[in-house]
Amino acid sequence: MADMAAKNADAPLFLVEDVHFSYEGAPALAGATLSVERGERVALLGANGSGKSTLLKMLDGLLFPDRGRIGFMGQELSEATLRLDSFSREFRRRVGFVFQNADAQLFSPTVRDEVAFGPLHLGLPDDEVERRVEDTIHILGLGHLKERAPYHLSGGEKKRVALASVLAINPDVLLFDEPTAGLDPKTSSFLVSLAGDLHEAGKTIITATQDLSIVGDIADRALVMGEDHRLAGEGPPAAVLADRELLLRANLIHDHPHRHGGVEHYHPHSHVEGHEHGH
Amino acid sequence: MADGGMLPAWMTERPGGFEPGGPDRAVRQSALARTLLGLGRLARDTIYSEKVAARPGLMQGVDPRVKVAGVLVLLLLASLLRHWYLVLGLYLVSVAMAAAASIPAWFFMKRVWMFIPLFAAVIALPSIFNVVRDGDPLWVIWDFGGEVRLGPWSLGTSLAITQQGVRGAVMLVLRVAASVSLGVLLALTTRWNELLRALRVFHVPRLFVLILSMTYRYIFLLLAMATEMFTARASRMVGPASPREDRRFLAAGMGALLGKSHALSEEVYAAMVSRGFDGEPVTASRFRTAAADWVWLASTATLALSLLAGDRIIG
Ligand SMILES: Nc1ncnc2c1ncn2[C@@H]1O[C@H](COP(=O)(O)OP(=O)(O)O)[C@@H](O)[C@H]1O
Ligand SMILES: [Mg+2]
Repeated sequence: MADMAAKNADAPLFLVEDVHFSYEGAPALAGATLSVERGERVALLGANGSGKSTLLKMLDGLLFPDRGRIGFMGQELSEATLRLDSFSREFRRRVGFVFQNADAQLFSPTVRDEVAFGPLHLGLPDDEVERRVEDTIHILGLGHLKERAPYHLSGGEKKRVALASVLAINPDVLLFDEPTAGLDPKTSSFLVSLAGDLHEAGKTIITATQDLSIVGDIADRALVMGEDHRLAGEGPPAAVLADRELLLRANLIHDHPHRHGGVEHYHPHSHVEGHEHGH
Repeated sequence: MADGGMLPAWMTERPGGFEPGGPDRAVRQSALARTLLGLGRLARDTIYSEKVAARPGLMQGVDPRVKVAGVLVLLLLASLLRHWYLVLGLYLVSVAMAAAASIPAWFFMKRVWMFIPLFAAVIALPSIFNVVRDGDPLWVIWDFGGEVRLGPWSLGTSLAITQQGVRGAVMLVLRVAASVSLGVLLALTTRWNELLRALRVFHVPRLFVLILSMTYRYIFLLLAMATEMFTARASRMVGPASPREDRRFLAAGMGALLGKSHALSEEVYAAMVSRGFDGEPVTASRFRTAAADWVWLASTATLALSLLAGDRIIG
């Protein structure tokens, strides 16, 4: 697999072609088609249940399409290819996934073990594992929590440990599932700026989110998933955020009643830039 | 929206001043909630936190492979010895080893004996009665005054506790106590991952080790969620729950709890796979044998041989 990059230098990083997927009959993806190039920064927008998490799990080779196909650097991502030791090792090393639910991602007795898990399982030598653990823990400011049990930590701390556990692998591609959901503004903006640094270091970053306020900071291209589990539109973040009709259709913004000086009225509303409008 | 808008009127009502009154009663957790919470805390703080395994101690220094081998020999011994005092001796040795591993002996014994009554009641207790297993009566509980038959079965002329029955039950309970004790000792003094890896060294199938490893995480999630569920309920309840309410709540919540923890454990598994896990446990420290290992091996072997020889000589 050493020549994986060389052989397929011109193939897109991810190529998703007409992918369908349902959970025991409940559709989660119904014909999704998209591609992502190396080094890109992409936001995946969509309402709850539109299939963002499912799509990310497929990009990480954790779920496989019922119909359609997913390519990674010119090779098909399938159960068969991921069963090959050489392919899966190389793939796991290149692609990291930060789950929405940090609890799902934390399963080791101490923070240190948690961060060491990935590097150890990818077969790195002991001293390299040790170095990566120390460095990642330092970057994320977790030094004082090293020997603590991850499940005793606060929400924001858990998120940082989850992030550390993925960054220690040093993946070239990072998949973030709702990275800022439920975080305080400080942790949230810390994550966003860290993602910026990682992108500057050349990494590909794909972020699923419904938090429209961060889209401009985490992506150069936004894809919108519709409630019909297909792509509803895409474009530069500014253009997508300005397309009220698209955002309404995807249920990312909503009309809701306001009262201003006793007058009730409706107008499209999102939480992008707050509420400023004159009357 | 300060005036409430779409909210029903009752939701906009404000409480008056804060004046707690009436007879005071301390809010206590019910026995069921306490047991469950206690179990969760115990699992967290002893098994999952690996506190004991991280402590310096005699057993902690031994290479996991060597430790597993030694414990396996002693476990075998627990089922081979034919004299109850030798099995008792083996049990006491395990308590001494716990003490050497800086586990408080009292704590250790309490943990082990928590399981025993349950086990004894189900399996050992019935066998002490003559109706289950015939033998010389030790204590006659009820004289039937003649032979009682139950279809083709003869229940004998009395209900009695037999000498053989008691001896067998004591033996069984002692064997179980010694085995559980050794098992708990191994689990407490070894980091979970290293234990799994040691099992792989002994060619325990990968699938089995994988299942064991997922069960461990699953039970942890289950306990964590049960604790949360009780806490969440307590926060919505006025006053303590009766044991009956508790049981009903637990029965109703069980299904949701199992489903929820199952879904989460699937996600945990996915997160492990995503970081390169393929069912093979990997740990940081390379296994290597040192002087401590040879001491451990030699002393378990000596112990095993002398107990076994003693057992045969006594007859
Ligand atoms: N493990 C699962 N089992 C059954 N249905 C699921 C599961 N995960 C997601 N779904 C369903 O699939 C659809 C898409 O979910 P998901 O990919 O999580 O969407 P999003 O991340 O955009 O909120 C939803 O309708 C959801 O209820
Ligand atoms: Mg989601």
